[in-house]
Amino acid sequence: MEQKTRISRRFEAILREGKKAFIPYIMAGCPSIEKTEEWVLNFSQLGCDIVELGVPFSDPLADGPAIQAAADIALKNGVTLRGVLSLVAGLRKKTDIAIILMTYFNPVFKYGMEHFILDAVQSGVDGVIVPDLPPDEEPGFRGLALKNNLDTIYLLAPTSTEDRIQLVAEASRGFIYYVSLTGITGSTITISAELKGMVEKIKRISGKPVAVGFGIKSPEDASEIAAHADGVIVGSSIVSTMLNDEKALTDYIISLRKAI
Amino acid sequence: MKEGYFGIYGGRYVPETLIPALSELGAAYNKSKDDIEFQNELKEIQSTYVGRPTPLYYARRLTKHLGGAKIYLKREDLAHTGAHKINNAVGQALLAKRMGKKRLIAETGAGQHGVATATGAALFGLNCEIYMGSEDMERQSLNVFRMRLLGAQVKEVSLGSKTLKDAINEALRDWTTNVRETHYVLGTVFGPHPFPAMVRDFQSVIGHEAKEQILKAEGHLPDYLIACVGGGSNAMGLFSAFLKDRKKRHMEFIGVEAGGMGIETGKHAARFSGGSVGVFQGCKSYLLQDENGNVLSTHSVSAGLDYASVGPEHAYLHDTEAVQYSYAIDSEALSAFETLAEVEGIIPALESAHAVAEVIKLAPTLSKDAVIIVNLSGRGDKDVQQVARIKGIELK
Repeated sequence: MEQKTRISRRFEAILREGKKAFIPYIMAGCPSIEKTEEWVLNFSQLGCDIVELGVPFSDPLADGPAIQAAADIALKNGVTLRGVLSLVAGLRKKTDIAIILMTYFNPVFKYGMEHFILDAVQSGVDGVIVPDLPPDEEPGFRGLALKNNLDTIYLLAPTSTEDRIQLVAEASRGFIYYVSLTGITGSTITISAELKGMVEKIKRISGKPVAVGFGIKSPEDASEIAAHADGVIVGSSIVSTMLNDEKALTDYIISLRKAI
Repeated sequence: MKEGYFGIYGGRYVPETLIPALSELGAAYNKSKDDIEFQNELKEIQSTYVGRPTPLYYARRLTKHLGGAKIYLKREDLAHTGAHKINNAVGQALLAKRMGKKRLIAETGAGQHGVATATGAALFGLNCEIYMGSEDMERQSLNVFRMRLLGAQVKEVSLGSKTLKDAINEALRDWTTNVRETHYVLGTVFGPHPFPAMVRDFQSVIGHEAKEQILKAEGHLPDYLIACVGGGSNAMGLFSAFLKDRKKRHMEFIGVEAGGMGIETGKHAARFSGGSVGVFQGCKSYLLQDENGNVLSTHSVSAGLDYASVGPEHAYLHDTEAVQYSYAIDSEALSAFETLAEVEGIIPALESAHAVAEVIKLAPTLSKDAVIIVNLSGRGDKDVQQVARIKGIELK
């Protein structure tokens, strides 16, 4: 049996308390690496459970305007996958919060899959989400990650069929990321019976925690999602708040934490 | 080979949301291949609407001018809307209609695929939106107006490099959002499976016709087949039928990429000369990228070749040495553009002019018995304004 990862341990602990996981997303290096580091530590202080760090990429096809703009800023700041790994290594000396990288596949491929996995684990990364790498592609990636105890978190969507749910349920480790809508990050969410039904179904089939993301902005949305899911992921609106009104971010995070 | 892959290339590197749509499309496409009604309807459209077969023209004056091999031009420029893109667009539009989709979206670089898709949408009564980079909209303003005349909405993409790759990102984002009622008419042999194989098959009519035509004209298969390669659909369309016949006669296949201002300047789109293996916009292939895996911006005088990656089947044909890939720089393409106009009375698209540039280099080195077929993938009307601009001539 493999060791329990920091992500699995966190989910177990929070669900045992009868609470749900709150997972904020920020783009590494936007507006600067120093700010990213400062905010990951803040998130930990403010009671967030897991932090998702975006790795900037030139062509983020699953992302909406907010995260695209953040990626452009980070790229202009010279932030690379290698740079994000050293940021995490620095953070690991200061915090025990679980850290997930959300990266498109090509930077990982160019880095070398095996190298990336080893360096990520070494730096203290707990899991990876690769939105353009469904479990059918590069099956070796998952095997290597498993061997090194790095969680690979796969996604499911409202369009997912029964056989896709089975495949992702099997492949995903740490938790399953359910995309709340057919669309890109930062779109407008509608919390429907269909969404709730899918989350229940995935939980039942997989027996793994299911976190929901894409389009969640208000504490009200977050609260309603948390009633069904095991975790709530908020990205675009945190990224926008950080860029436009950083002073308001602490209160926003507190309000989301309370709602989840 | 495993379905959806060409050796190690190809695949489906897309968000999970799109996987069921790609499976649905793949199944519908496979079914259509054996569906006599579908095939008959497609043939009818090809002959009565697109204007197929397009001629295989013996370019007597160009042959004499270059003083070597016999040169034949496959006249895709004479197809409806002025380029080979229509072959794929009507095929996919017909498929989309049969799948019950109400809306077509597409990306376009030079505008030819956008015009072709808008035409297919008009033909089948479907709604149509075309994504186009703002830089391309400026250099191909004539095609922007053509698309609007055809009833399509042209959506300007001002992100990233404002060219074809950014238009594809936006089209993929739209498709991810509206996947249930929308079909994405990808314009080249690229992206996630089944697009590379499906687009190749819809374009393979070019090679099937050319084979019949050259056998009639010369009594044997050609010695050289030459086509420009952006994504690579006109090249796959010409090559695929002949690649099967390599045992019957030795044939050389040459794909011509955009050398832009020269490989050493970094301002080009020659993926095989300057790129490395990567994963981009749905598939694994050769890619112009930096050491961190970010996609580099490209340059070519022709918008249709100005793209950072290339169809995965081309990557496979490159590695197995079945096809040689060369490039022509901007100035060579512009010179070929003028030569063909003056010597043959045919103004080629700047994309196709890259293939003609290769012919200009190659033909004089060959014997008079050698036979070259070059794919004249599109006509150059759309490029006339830009060429004038480059030459410093002001058109009123």
